[in-house]
Amino acid sequence: MSSTGSTYGGSSVGAGRTHQSTVGDTDVLGVSPVEAEHLVTDVAEDLSVFDALTVERAQAIIARYPQARSALLPMLHLVQSVEGRVSQAGIQFCALQLDLTAAEVSAVATFYTMYKRKTCGEHLVSVCTNTLCAVLGGDEIYQQLGEHLGQDGKRLGHNETAGEPGAPGSITLEHAECLAACDLGPVIQVNYEFYDNQTPGSAVALVDSLRAGGKPAPTRGAPLRDFRTAELELAGFWPEDEAGYRSTVDGPSAAVETLRGARLAEERGWTAPSMPNPPLPEVEKK
Amino acid sequence: MTTPNTTPVNKPAPVTPVLTKRWLSPTSWSIKTYEQLEGYTALRKALAGTPEQLVELVKASGLRGRGGAGFPAGIKWSFMPPNEDKPHYLVINADEGEPGTCKDIPLMMADPHSLIEGCVIASYAMRSHHCFIYVRGEALHCIRRLNAAVREAHAAGYLGANILDSGFDLEITVHAGAGAYICGEETALLDSLEGRRGQPRLKPPFPAAAGLYAAPTTVNNVETIASVPFIVNGGSDWFRTMGTEKSPGPKIYSISGHVTNPGQFEAPLGTTLRELLELAGGMKDGVPLKFWTPGGSSTPMFTAEHLDVPLDFEGAAAAGSMLGTTAVMVFNETVSVPWAVMKWTQFYEHESCGKCTPCREGTYWLTGILERMVEGKGTESDIDTLLDICDNILGRSFCALGDGAVSPITSGIKYFRDEFLALCEQNRPALAGAHS
Repeated sequence: MSSTGSTYGGSSVGAGRTHQSTVGDTDVLGVSPVEAEHLVTDVAEDLSVFDALTVERAQAIIARYPQARSALLPMLHLVQSVEGRVSQAGIQFCALQLDLTAAEVSAVATFYTMYKRKTCGEHLVSVCTNTLCAVLGGDEIYQQLGEHLGQDGKRLGHNETAGEPGAPGSITLEHAECLAACDLGPVIQVNYEFYDNQTPGSAVALVDSLRAGGKPAPTRGAPLRDFRTAELELAGFWPEDEAGYRSTVDGPSAAVETLRGARLAEERGWTAPSMPNPPLPEVEKK
Repeated sequence: MTTPNTTPVNKPAPVTPVLTKRWLSPTSWSIKTYEQLEGYTALRKALAGTPEQLVELVKASGLRGRGGAGFPAGIKWSFMPPNEDKPHYLVINADEGEPGTCKDIPLMMADPHSLIEGCVIASYAMRSHHCFIYVRGEALHCIRRLNAAVREAHAAGYLGANILDSGFDLEITVHAGAGAYICGEETALLDSLEGRRGQPRLKPPFPAAAGLYAAPTTVNNVETIASVPFIVNGGSDWFRTMGTEKSPGPKIYSISGHVTNPGQFEAPLGTTLRELLELAGGMKDGVPLKFWTPGGSSTPMFTAEHLDVPLDFEGAAAAGSMLGTTAVMVFNETVSVPWAVMKWTQFYEHESCGKCTPCREGTYWLTGILERMVEGKGTESDIDTLLDICDNILGRSFCALGDGAVSPITSGIKYFRDEFLALCEQNRPALAGAHS
């Protein structure tokens, strides 16, 4: 490096080096997870897993929004419904549909907890371990499920799968942040359907049933299907037959806790003041 | 403590079901049930009036945002420009995720049409023709119910082109999030809705000037908008028969934790914890109350001293906390405060979006220190370090997540410093000569 030189706009601001090297350069690529997790590659992936129907669905998502890029989050749910995770191919598929770069899609996919980079099991079991659920038993439930689903004395960790990912009976376990069902804690979700008021015993029975191919009914939610179907619904695609659709919509929701205040008011004859239905206020014309 | 609010002449009942009144009906989520119970009557009344009248009505009602901040909804609506040079958007924040908060999800499951009707009225008032409901991804059953409600409303002519022959058009898109607490912050939500990482934007410009797609946008909470049809039908004076002068109306209080009967209780704003505990059957197994939050983990904790604080925006603030989302989490004497604070701090660390340094780095260091203290490896000086870091996050972060993250720590140390000190007991430097 020369000791003097042109700087911004060709002017010379003083003489000599304007910085001093302190330490050797960090090997950024060496420490970055990009390589290890294959977040961005130059390789054009085989996108054939995303068939004509998936392309059609992707286009249908885009049509819901005034600007195409808004379709990215639902579209990532869509690719998860196909592969059980967001793979490099899934990222390239979204980029292609939305005319974005793979890096732009990857940046979004890695930001959100619900996009999984490893293939999920048939079922995703999420245990709330935020403070309130934890106090009521959520931590213990998560601990016990990890041990119960583990193998060879090794407990199953966060985002790890028991069984061959995607195969019938396989289960991915995760600890989740507050699932907004605090009055029903401790709560578990399976494929985002609610299983309320759990205990370590009931949670173990739940995963045992799932592993044996059972579909235990959620306390609140639609009849249980699998993780990929849930992801398809999050992308906005619902059962096409009316009966199937209604059965999912009409799945239970009226927990005792949810209705507690309304029920108490009914029992005691408490009501809100009656509504008089006055006209809308007059406003001066501008 | 604040001076008690003046009691209205006719004090309303302890529980005032307005938003929750249809919840007991069978298939309360169907349009059939909704229409049988005055559903969509407010929409007809609203469409017969002008947008200005509706904004005036909501202003007069004193309705304040139910998402935590309590900003007056009518004022927010009035920020929308009167012209339509650019499209206007109404965006519903249904990204409920604040620890302890569980009111919008039961509302959307039980009575999705009240939200849809509120969206149509609010969109008409703000001249918006496209409304988005951004629902937390994990709330799949709500997304399902909302989609079904949108379909039904379309088929019945309450959505789409020329709604009820009024000449007003509206589409509603139900949008699923993907698991990021930060998207509950309104500008992060907008970035997320635009297909980006959910990171907050600098304000100003506020969303009413440049929101979704840089167009005029209003972001409102679910409970706020679901209240609107009732205000249209009942009028602002009726709404003000409940609650207090500055915090009018009914509010869904979600009581969870160590109480006999946890659940959703819709009561007038200004109800106290003592009254709520009575509704919830008291403390579970009679184990005494130790600490509680008035509105989620981001609102500084209270103790048994605060049983009679009126839980409205003013009352909670005067007592040193915030009303937040009225997510009342109740913890009894068996719970360690430093442990609870550590768990919440881990949450904020996980959910910090990484955009600004005080929050990203601060929550990381806070978590590390608290974990060490809970393991029994802390020292007394850690308490000062915690408070020092909190001081560098509060008010210096890009958005309110950082402010929320320090609430449990500063309030926990304020009321329970002894518990933090007790964790450090074994690590005190021995006094010179003590063991000789």
